[in-house]
Amino acid sequence: MTLLPFLAAGWIFLVGLYGMVTSRNLVHAVGCLAVAQSSTYVLLLAVGYRRGGTAPVFADIPVGSTVVDPVVQALVLTDVVVGATVTALLLSLVIQIRKRTGTLDPEALTGLKG
Amino acid sequence: MSGTSGGVDWLVAVALVLVTVTATCAALTRDPVRQAAVLSALGLCLALLFVAVQAPDVALSQLAVGSALTPLLILLTVRKARRTARGDGARPDRSPGNGDARREREGE
Amino acid sequence: MTRNTRTTVFLVAAAVLAAAFTWACTGLPRFGTDTHPYGDRAVRAALAHRTANVVSAINFDQRALDTLGEESILFAAVLGAVVLLRRARDEDRADPEPRRVLPSTRLLGAALLPVTVLVGVYVVAHGQLSPGGGFQGGVVLATGLHLAYVAADYRVLRRVRPLAVFGALDATGAGAFTALGLAGLIAGGSYLENVLPLGTFNQLTSGGTVPLVNAAVGVEVASGVIVLLAQFLDQAVEITSPGHAGPVQNTGGGAPGNPPEAS
Repeated sequence: MTLLPFLAAGWIFLVGLYGMVTSRNLVHAVGCLAVAQSSTYVLLLAVGYRRGGTAPVFADIPVGSTVVDPVVQALVLTDVVVGATVTALLLSLVIQIRKRTGTLDPEALTGLKG
Repeated sequence: MSGTSGGVDWLVAVALVLVTVTATCAALTRDPVRQAAVLSALGLCLALLFVAVQAPDVALSQLAVGSALTPLLILLTVRKARRTARGDGARPDRSPGNGDARREREGE
Repeated sequence: MTRNTRTTVFLVAAAVLAAAFTWACTGLPRFGTDTHPYGDRAVRAALAHRTANVVSAINFDQRALDTLGEESILFAAVLGAVVLLRRARDEDRADPEPRRVLPSTRLLGAALLPVTVLVGVYVVAHGQLSPGGGFQGGVVLATGLHLAYVAADYRVLRRVRPLAVFGALDATGAGAFTALGLAGLIAGGSYLENVLPLGTFNQLTSGGTVPLVNAAVGVEVASGVIVLLAQFLDQAVEITSPGHAGPVQNTGGGAPGNPPEAS
């Protein structure tokens, strides 16, 4: 249990990368990137977890209670939303590629065209 | 596995296994439409895991983004790609490559 | 590079990475450790600024500059997507035919729309007190608005979502965040310093600049996501690109519910 969350994060990252490397469809590749991205959330939150701690919100718990690390949560929080917009940017690039070349297969996109 | 908060630990472990399995499925699902559905499930499992590790803020944003926004964007992209595909005579998504396209454009 | 070589190269690299990562993990503090020096300091700093939700305090007060950077990424990504997805010269716009919606769907959508928008506003407004804030509430607001599309049709959605207004709001949100940072400079402190009166702990107005920055982020995220979804919906529903290899008469055949408009 002491290593399991970290190793799970590593596995998710690698399986997302594997999906991207072997992908035959750019939309699928972007989905795999989202999977790989989620591994960083798992890793960061696992690092910040404190056994027996509660959520770092003092609205309904007494000041001084044991809480988990809020710093990593703040990092993950912004990244979840910003990551989604970056995914949207990539997907609009995919739409453009489909329009210009007529294919979604990265294998068929060879060389640069001016 | 320590004795004091074993209950929470079990919840975290179960959520972790769920997340790992759905992430693996999501990466190995080749069809983007099905992948969007699996990604949505992954978003849900991630939100569960984040609640288990006491991060309700992150769980909330993961729930909104991961299980609704990202799959929606993927589905819209797929729909757009299919509509473009109709233009070239209802050919399936796998198109003949760029050679054809370039020739056509030069021909115009 | 052929597919097989690429996969082999990847598998070798992945094996090396996996080994190194596992080795590095054994050196980390164990899962659930009790020593979180940064976390403890952040909690103390947030309580000193009377902000109940420590995560919001970090995002909008202690690390506000970092969040400003993230906001800029969001803004740039939305801008890039809008530029990439705008209607090109060779594309046509076709109004989608309104389709019949089940009465129950219409009722449910119409009932849920105000509730969802209200929940979104609540989540944004209580960001400094309870779990939530500009980022989460913004996304809830933006997706909630699209219930109008589920319940009615695309034209109704276009009416409840004037794009020019939301584009301007997106820029306003980003600008307000930057301007709020200047308030710290004017008050004689540093950029993005929390200079406003801190208020009473656990009240809606507590936290000084935190609720304001939070609201700016909420506006920006909500309108940014609305603009993004609008571009994608436009592409998926309205705009018809000419098939790259297709003569026009081909489209007449297999396009149910999508009248051939180009000819």
